[in-house]
Amino acid sequence: MSLSVRAHLKRDGFDLDVDMDLPLEGVTSLFGRSGCGKTTLLRIIAGLEKVRGAHVRFGGQVWQGDRQFVPLHRRRIGLVFQEHSLLPHLTARDNLLYGYRRTPKQHRRLHLGEVAEMLDISALLDRPVDRLSGGQRQRVSLGRALLTSPQLLLLDEPLSALDTQTKREIMPFLSRLSGEAGVPIILVTHAPDEVERLADRVVFMRDGRIERSESLKQALARPDSPLFADEGAVSVLEGSLGETGERGLRPFAAGTTQLWVGAADDLPTGRSCRLRILARDVSLALDDPRRISIQNHLPVTIERIDPFRDHRCLVSTRTTDGQLLLAEITMRASAQLGLAPGVPVYALVKSVALVG
Amino acid sequence: MTGLGPEDWQAIEVTFRLCLYTTLILLVIATPIAWWLSSGRSAGRVAVQAVVALPLVLPPTVLGFYLLIVLGPRGFVGGTLEAMGLHHLAFTFEGILIASVIYSMPFAVQPLTEAFNNLGRRPVEVASSLGANAVDRFLTVILPLTRGGFVVAATLTFAHTLGEFGVILMLGGSIPGETKVLSVLIYDHTEAMNYDSAHRLSLMLLIFSFITLFIVYSMTRRFRVARV
Repeated sequence: MSLSVRAHLKRDGFDLDVDMDLPLEGVTSLFGRSGCGKTTLLRIIAGLEKVRGAHVRFGGQVWQGDRQFVPLHRRRIGLVFQEHSLLPHLTARDNLLYGYRRTPKQHRRLHLGEVAEMLDISALLDRPVDRLSGGQRQRVSLGRALLTSPQLLLLDEPLSALDTQTKREIMPFLSRLSGEAGVPIILVTHAPDEVERLADRVVFMRDGRIERSESLKQALARPDSPLFADEGAVSVLEGSLGETGERGLRPFAAGTTQLWVGAADDLPTGRSCRLRILARDVSLALDDPRRISIQNHLPVTIERIDPFRDHRCLVSTRTTDGQLLLAEITMRASAQLGLAPGVPVYALVKSVALVG
Repeated sequence: MTGLGPEDWQAIEVTFRLCLYTTLILLVIATPIAWWLSSGRSAGRVAVQAVVALPLVLPPTVLGFYLLIVLGPRGFVGGTLEAMGLHHLAFTFEGILIASVIYSMPFAVQPLTEAFNNLGRRPVEVASSLGANAVDRFLTVILPLTRGGFVVAATLTFAHTLGEFGVILMLGGSIPGETKVLSVLIYDHTEAMNYDSAHRLSLMLLIFSFITLFIVYSMTRRFRVARV
């Protein structure tokens, strides 16, 4: 499936100029600072912003053309907004069923029972909307969008109005969504950690323009990636969770590489998931130190060394299964150890976060 | 027992018919106007807003005078009707109905505009994304969520039409059963030094208007609470 958008919009000093052709599979993240035009682009895709002369095509369907405009209610798009947008005069159940009832029977792929179970909202169905917490509301909104069995799911910063705790509660649902519901997702966000957790592909936007569109792997392989602006460089390792914990830690396997991660016991074994590792939490050693509190020692090979900020450098290394792991160390340390491309070292990982 | 004569009853009947029709017509006309006014700001909208509010500041005689000219036998509308073999609209019930609709317009448009502004566009966008078409959205989202605005608009329109005098006197004259409404009849009674009758009708209007406004204001309070 692919989405192509061509739109030009000039309004109150804001200039949006977009011409993109996007393969849609899994989660595509539209990333950029506030005011860069990502929400406007999302609204053009949805048909909420009617920009003259714009072209929007989804797969074989022309949503907006020269003489054609398909209104939102016939585009079969699921929309989830930043702030709570449940219809206040309806219960959670009636909100969930509002779209379901308006979806022709032959299009219905998801039903109330399974969606309620997937999002863990079965117990909330008969509550009025004002008696739901922020996180519950956002889950009901997601469920409501899914129950229209949409061809495309547009999420406009669905987590940014939630506190950290609630965010943590919803993230797992979001990361399972695309796979389980089988719907391509476009996620608008300005938070790098959401991209790293959820996205398969990233579209970078700046000042109303698309800077580049690449896979998450490519986006994380550039030392100058905009994703690194806040917290510094980050690596994402993909793998699966092993069985049985040991003192609160569970094994995580990525090919022949194994790490110990803090994970709840109720997470199913074998589920594929991601680890998020900050480059500054990774140290490098020429030998494998035995008597040290750091649990995760990974044999890696240095691929390249790039100067970073403040007399530090970013060392790109490859794990034994070929995944990229970044380490941020000082120039001095790099010179002392004689680090260079091709040198095998041990990456000592001080902390990892299991995401999605 | 009420002491009302047949003339009084006739005026009451004309008045309530006028109020009812005006209210129904205005709800239909004012809803799209208010929706459009609440959906953004532009020079066109400001102009329409000003035109709609004109009856609030114009002397009723001014409005009545222009309507008399336009709807009368030599006016644009009245003349056209005459040319088509119909009757012009001055001194008719239809004439004062048109006048009432214009004169009470702000009392329907303003509460609805405010209700739509408070509603915002988000619930409507949500409903569209869930597959609801325009009529469906109006009936299942807009109407239930702005019902307070509709009640206020209807009540104020009704009450304001009840209190009309100048416009009707200018355009409708005082034809029993056709254009003689309560306010005009009270004027006639007073002119004829018929103070008892004037008193009875005045008191009736006073009490009725008070009760109506009391209901409206208690409802706006309730709806405001319910919105939060």
